[in-house]
Amino acid sequence: MTTPEDLRGQVRDFLATHDPAATDRLEFLRARFDAGLAWVHYPAGLGGQGLSRDLQPTVDAEFAAAGAPNNRPERNGIGLGMAAPTILAFGSPEQQRRWLRPLWTGEEIWCQLFSEPGAGSDLAGLATRAVRSGEGKVTGEGEVGGWVVTGQKVWTSSAHLAKRALLLARSDPDVPKHQGLTYFAADMTAPGVEVRPLRQITGEAEFNEVFLTDVAIPDADRIGEVGDGWKVATTTLMNERVSIGGGAAPREGGMIASAAAAWRASPGMRTPGLHDRLLRLWADAEVARLAGARLRQQLAAGQPGPEGSAAKIVFARLNQEISEFEVELAGTEGLRYDDWTMRRPETVTFYGRDAGYRYLRARGNSIEGGTSEILRNIIAERVLGLPPEIRVDKGVPWKDLPR
Amino acid sequence: MSQATETTTTAAAMPDLLYGEAETELRAAVRSLLEDRCGWPEVLARTETGQTYDTGLWRVLAADLGCAGLLIPESSGGAGASYREAAVVAEETGRAVAPVPFLGSAVVATAALLAAGDEELLAAMAAGTTTVALGVPFPAPPGARPEPTVRLTAAGDSGYRLSGTVAAVADALPAGVLLVPADGVPYGLYAVAAEEAGLFVEPTVSLDMTRQLADLTLTDAPGRRIASGAAADQAVAAGLAAGAAMLAAEQLGLAERCLEMTVAYLKERRQFGRQIGSFQALKHRAADLWVGVTQARAASRYAAACLAAADPDTPVAIALAKAACSDIAVRAAQECLQLHGGIGFTWEHPTHLYLKRAKSSSIGFGTADRHRACLAGLVDLPGAAR
Repeated sequence: MTTPEDLRGQVRDFLATHDPAATDRLEFLRARFDAGLAWVHYPAGLGGQGLSRDLQPTVDAEFAAAGAPNNRPERNGIGLGMAAPTILAFGSPEQQRRWLRPLWTGEEIWCQLFSEPGAGSDLAGLATRAVRSGEGKVTGEGEVGGWVVTGQKVWTSSAHLAKRALLLARSDPDVPKHQGLTYFAADMTAPGVEVRPLRQITGEAEFNEVFLTDVAIPDADRIGEVGDGWKVATTTLMNERVSIGGGAAPREGGMIASAAAAWRASPGMRTPGLHDRLLRLWADAEVARLAGARLRQQLAAGQPGPEGSAAKIVFARLNQEISEFEVELAGTEGLRYDDWTMRRPETVTFYGRDAGYRYLRARGNSIEGGTSEILRNIIAERVLGLPPEIRVDKGVPWKDLPR
Repeated sequence: MSQATETTTTAAAMPDLLYGEAETELRAAVRSLLEDRCGWPEVLARTETGQTYDTGLWRVLAADLGCAGLLIPESSGGAGASYREAAVVAEETGRAVAPVPFLGSAVVATAALLAAGDEELLAAMAAGTTTVALGVPFPAPPGARPEPTVRLTAAGDSGYRLSGTVAAVADALPAGVLLVPADGVPYGLYAVAAEEAGLFVEPTVSLDMTRQLADLTLTDAPGRRIASGAAADQAVAAGLAAGAAMLAAEQLGLAERCLEMTVAYLKERRQFGRQIGSFQALKHRAADLWVGVTQARAASRYAAACLAAADPDTPVAIALAKAACSDIAVRAAQECLQLHGGIGFTWEHPTHLYLKRAKSSSIGFGTADRHRACLAGLVDLPGAAR
């Protein structure tokens, strides 16, 4: 049994031979990965030691205390939170060796090419086509046995920074929609990939539209079997929900932090009604934090299940209600907005900037990563076992569905 | 689009919020007994008799399964277990709306006596031979001394005598001994035997007849002093705090049972040629209940863990748990009724037992609102200036 103390010892030994002040940042991170101290719950040889997930904070704290550079996880949330667990679950050993190290060090940022203008909640209905090279009227120059992909993706955060993308595409339009999907790790620097910013209600563009025109993808970059894309994507989506709603935070962290601070700082703005709302929100936020901690204890070993959907629903509701509260509490200040300038931020913040920004940004929380309505369907059907909605697309080949 | 997962901002160490192996075994034993002896038709039938508490079932639960002495140290003949285990039993008694005085005797009175250090009564309780209730109104919240309504009328060589009334006491009816807080010099906590002529325990027609409340009238009733002054205050406070936390666990079990009944009915009932659970309007309501139960479970487990460890965060934990579990229990029972439609409104369907227990318990040991109001002081969120 490796204890937290053992891990602290490992970190100290590592630091003794890798002085963070004297080592190049990337060299340091690569060495940390190779020493199995990147993410200890990953297997040996892939940056970890096959330990429990809850030992990781010990390692991170020890490195942080030594002033060591970190991998700037906030810049690669999709890579760390979604791509890595998917690659670990479904990637070949060769793919794991090739992708996980530069992913963890932040050398390669990942994005997610899932949603399309015509496929949001009904993700499995997506239309981006993946065709084997040499089949049909393909104009690309893909290798024999490779793939050529054409279509349009949307809501892609970090696409303008990303080296790689998790791509879900239709490889067989002649079978029912879930069966005809294949999953790839696309190279975002390949010819035919065009990224355009998509401006959102906050004024900036975190997200992008991505146009794929005859993009060649080698078969070696396919994750999972041909036609198994939905199964692989489900793993990515489960992890997305946990990563959006399940992060560890201290008491009064997250959205409630600024609301509670504003309340304490503004005695003149307090009313009994706002007080009641604040106490409810504070209590609900703290209970949600405890539920998140409990979920992580359940997940200490193993993959997230549909339970993560509950955390995501609560997270979205609370972020929205707390930020609504905060704009009202702010009064005159709530009528101002810091900046509508179109920008392309490198990192996404839900809790930064001013109350108006937080209010607007939170509206997206119940849409991104699965709408709250779709998550309720998932809970009802996958957790509670309720019968599915009567469907008109069941068993129908994708190409015959009305669009 | 996402928050990174690898950032580490964990504050104080989080206690284990899961159920351990021993807790799971205890749950199985209690559930098996209650399924066998405490089906809802029996519970319902008993509410219309003169004997609303099932004392036979309580004897088995208390003595044979050892639930009466869970919190009592082994040195006093108890099991030396903690609030984590007691919470599991409470979840099960809530699930079955069991008419047994587990909460009043094995939790509230036991916590008060443990704080007061009364060996004699504790040993008798651990053996399952004596059942005890704390003589305070069921709505009394933790964190404040209940308004004293009983006073000391005599104190001397011949012992102590008490007079006054206490309204709406939970689990007093099956109790052999009542612990009564009384005003006097000093304030004290007194044990009064139920058979004393000066004590009248009158059953009330209660909203929840599965936990029938009683009004106490004391007329120069003789009592034995258990604690006085600050020690008496601490004993009462310990009883109320434990009561609120374990009642929250009971409500969690009740909410979970209501959700199960609702989901089962949504799968079974057909209208418009389909299972009604296939309608999104209904399945979303079931999903919302499930989300509420997952949240409440974390709060309840945290409160039990804090109490078990005498954690300084216990008052916050109890306020969170009682508020969350009261709300979800009432909501689950109300949704259970609505989603059952007409049958859910009938006397011959178990839902009303759960609804009445849930609503009554939401007032017991402080309403959700009162517990949230406590948070204002505990976490520095003061209200509007008057």
